[in-house]
Amino acid sequence: MVSLTINGVQRQIDADPDMPLLWVIRDILGMTGTKFGCGVAQCGACTVHLNGEAVRSCVTKVSRAAGQQITTIEGLSVNNNHVLQKAWVEFDVPQCGYCQSGQLMSAAVLLRENPNPTDQDIDDAMSGNICRCGTYPRIRAAIHQAAKMQQEGAKS
Amino acid sequence: MNRRNFIQSGALLGGGLLISFKIPVANKLAALNEAAEGVAFTPNAFLNIGTDNSITVVLSHVEMGQGIWTTLPMLLAEELDVDLEQITVKHSGADKAYNHNVYGVQITGGSSTTWSEFDRYRNAGATARILLTQAAARRSGVALQNCKTEKGTVIAGGKKYTYGELAADAALLPVPSKVPLRTPADWKYIGKSTKRLDAAVKTNGEAIFGMDIHFPGLLTAVVAHAPVFGGKVKSFDAGKARAVKGVRQVVEIPTGVAVIADHYYAAQQGKKALQIIWEDGVGAQLSTVKQTAAYKKLAATNGLTAQQKGDVAIALAKSAKVIKAEYVFPYLAHAPMEPLNCTVKIDKDSCEIWTGTQLPGGEQAAAAKILGLAPEKVKINIPFLGGGFGRRATPATDFVSEAVHIAKACGKPIKMVWSREDDMKSGHYRPFFVHNVTTGLDSKGMPIAWKHNIVGQSIMKAATPAFGPPQNPIDDTSVEGVKGSPYLTSVPDHFVGLHNTDEVVPVLWFRSVGHTHTAYVMETMMDELAHNAGQDPVEYRRSFFKEHPRHLAALNLVTEKGNWKKALPKGRYKGVAVTEAFGSFVATIAEVSILNGQVKVHKIDCAIDCGLAVNPEGVKAQSESGIIFGLTMALYGELTLEGGKLQQNNFYDYKIARMNETPEINVYIVESNGKMGGAGECAVPPTAPAIANAVFAATGKRIYNLPVMNHKLTEQA
Amino acid sequence: MKKLIVFSFILFTLSLIILSFKTETPNNAGQLVVRKDSVASVKAFKKVYTVLMSARCMNCHPSGDVPLQGDDSHLHTMGPKRGIDGKGVYAMKCSNCHQATNTPGLHTPPGNPNWHLPPANMRMVFQGRTPRQLAKQLIDPKQNGNKDLKKLIEHADDGLVLSGWNPGEGRKLPPMSHAEFKKAWLTWLSTGAYAPSK
Repeated sequence: MVSLTINGVQRQIDADPDMPLLWVIRDILGMTGTKFGCGVAQCGACTVHLNGEAVRSCVTKVSRAAGQQITTIEGLSVNNNHVLQKAWVEFDVPQCGYCQSGQLMSAAVLLRENPNPTDQDIDDAMSGNICRCGTYPRIRAAIHQAAKMQQEGAKS
Repeated sequence: MNRRNFIQSGALLGGGLLISFKIPVANKLAALNEAAEGVAFTPNAFLNIGTDNSITVVLSHVEMGQGIWTTLPMLLAEELDVDLEQITVKHSGADKAYNHNVYGVQITGGSSTTWSEFDRYRNAGATARILLTQAAARRSGVALQNCKTEKGTVIAGGKKYTYGELAADAALLPVPSKVPLRTPADWKYIGKSTKRLDAAVKTNGEAIFGMDIHFPGLLTAVVAHAPVFGGKVKSFDAGKARAVKGVRQVVEIPTGVAVIADHYYAAQQGKKALQIIWEDGVGAQLSTVKQTAAYKKLAATNGLTAQQKGDVAIALAKSAKVIKAEYVFPYLAHAPMEPLNCTVKIDKDSCEIWTGTQLPGGEQAAAAKILGLAPEKVKINIPFLGGGFGRRATPATDFVSEAVHIAKACGKPIKMVWSREDDMKSGHYRPFFVHNVTTGLDSKGMPIAWKHNIVGQSIMKAATPAFGPPQNPIDDTSVEGVKGSPYLTSVPDHFVGLHNTDEVVPVLWFRSVGHTHTAYVMETMMDELAHNAGQDPVEYRRSFFKEHPRHLAALNLVTEKGNWKKALPKGRYKGVAVTEAFGSFVATIAEVSILNGQVKVHKIDCAIDCGLAVNPEGVKAQSESGIIFGLTMALYGELTLEGGKLQQNNFYDYKIARMNETPEINVYIVESNGKMGGAGECAVPPTAPAIANAVFAATGKRIYNLPVMNHKLTEQA
Repeated sequence: MKKLIVFSFILFTLSLIILSFKTETPNNAGQLVVRKDSVASVKAFKKVYTVLMSARCMNCHPSGDVPLQGDDSHLHTMGPKRGIDGKGVYAMKCSNCHQATNTPGLHTPPGNPNWHLPPANMRMVFQGRTPRQLAKQLIDPKQNGNKDLKKLIEHADDGLVLSGWNPGEGRKLPPMSHAEFKKAWLTWLSTGAYAPSK
């Protein structure tokens, strides 16, 4: 048994310790917001937060996550109200939408560590997430907008 | 329209009534299709208004990123007079009621959803609005002309009724045969940028894709496929696979060996433990090197006539100068972010399928055939598609048929999930193509002769299961963009020939189909001719567009907005391309530099004339998307074969452009009264040639075989 | 005259290097007794150099801020950045993909609990260095991560260095075994850590 804390809820999982966290989340816990895209940490669709870091859950063994804090897209905000989620909707970012959970989880780390990212910072943070629909220009715009919203939120 | 098409159906779960307005439209290709026999009864067509005041728009096409989840409801809401916020959107299942107005089968493709549904969805909304208004007039006793609608209600004198309150009455009224539509001046949604209705659920993990289907008892299946195209299982030993914890069953199916397990991880572990001996077959002979040589040889000869005028041989002999070029285009994989998958549950005499498909009727028919069921006994549920690009419109029904075979063989509900490697190696690619072009020029450098031979596999032949065998040996998807090119029609003597080839590698339409290669050839060749004539490539092209105002309008807009004439800073170079595809006209300027032997794309300006842009922001988003797709194709897209085995596996050896490779993109929409065209694919074709022409400006080197990454580039001082 | 100046400069530098090692006593240098032998030293370093310049070592000692990848040492796909501590930045920290152990399968991220590049203030670049440049850099505490002789010796058995010989499926090993490398490394250091002439 492995003990996981996902989005603040503690779960006991009966799984092979080598099983990737992705499949524990998706196939055992039935939480499908985290996506499978490549299985080899190339595309970032499976990105979740492990103690706040944007790990690729497809190559992260569940044993690494044992006893740690995991946040998935379902736990990014309480009511779809993370500044990034708001900006994503405002800028019509998603197209097919499949990669966007991973994009958002990566962007959330960027924005936490750098409240005012430059285009270069966005490149440095987001190039691990592939979007075949090519929503990158909108992701970039939305991150800038979210940074602005975050700063305005902090002021008010 | 007859009474039968306007249906009041059974009770909803909540006790209300489900009212369906069904507005079938005569099928232009009906003669080719069973639809001619009449549209089958379906409880859901385009619009349902529940007595609970729920308003549901049912989509005849599927949402795979292109934005029709928003555009089709916009069309309907415009005429129904409701706010978009009141609407619930859902995909239809497989049903002839949803057949494509033009293509005659139920399909999402060809960048055709908006223009092909422009009348049908508006009519659905307008018809409903009239019936609801009539119902309100009757109920209130207020004269019809004194009743008006407002945001999902009818105001009749001093009374106000919601559509839900009127739905049951409206369903009993005779359906008018013709309804007036709003004039453009009154449009509230059409032509106005409207936010995507699916954005929120695609930012919080709620959106359900095929991959996300789960229910109690559902197992996961993975498949070991033949490593060589056309290969078959000779024998296999599943002993070790069955011993893997979580593996439930191993079954042989026509396309390989399937491992069924509690979850994907166990299934994959089981697959790795399989010992299979394969029978490779003739596919083992196939290699990219050999294919290239063979196709080049063929391209040097005249193929079947696709377009001809005058005598090209005589004209070439008379030419002041002749320019020859040979182009090679590799196989390409669509690689949607959601790997192909399909969930199948077979019951006693029915079957239910959940899958992201662009071709539901085809999948339904194939599943029914495998199971020996009538097609209507197979229910197709279509969740969101995690990208399509053509791959999920597979007439050969490969992944759905495979999943049905697995479910049939193992007797349990299964979700078949392909790994990224399975997805990439499964075939159904943009075909490998070779072009051989010889142009003869007059003393001013204008083409007076043009001989053009194209070699490749026929996509329409591969599409036979959906569309029947091709009636014409010239597959338009192989020659579109060369055939009918405004450049070519003005050349007095020309010949376009096609050699159809057969290979074991299955081929399929890939976002912008034939234009992926034809636009590249035409637009890089025009650039070469302009350069040869010592003319500016924009001015040179303009001289061909006198009879082509929409090409010209797109070119003029992009050159104006993109400051074509303004000199760039040192080290920056630009290239241009103009194409017509799927009824839209797109001109593109690429700005590049050369860094470490490779091209870096800094900026893409793009102008599109698609006629009326129903959702301008959607058109912009699709153009951006097409540009990134075209950039990936130009810079990185390449699949190769050796011994019949695909050499690429995953995103590490089939590269996709990322954030750090994304240029600044500006999309401009031409104000146009022209016929409506598409948006989803139209910005793809000019992207690669615009980049290649910019590379030429930077390096003096013409790239005749894609991708660009295979060429070591040096900036020309 | 010019040659003489260069020659004396080399001599001066060498003596500085040797002097710096002489401050080490054999005991705290791990029983390593430095016996100067420029011929043997340079010969040993040439072996060391082939290892350090192999993909397994050089890929994490790039000339830029993006690590290299693969046996052909191409720029790492997706362009992860070094970051101040050498452990990546934002959503692209090394350990987001690189686990404590190698991930099974071809082209999957190799693993190590301490996966990182040299930090930004001590970049320890191998890529593009000549044997001479690299040799001098390796023994310069200002460029080698403040390593004295003892730490240099220990570094041969560093976990991350050792992982070069456990690179994950499908990756080419360094051109000699770790034992051979370590022997050459110690020989180079113990014979005076002479730098080749080029």
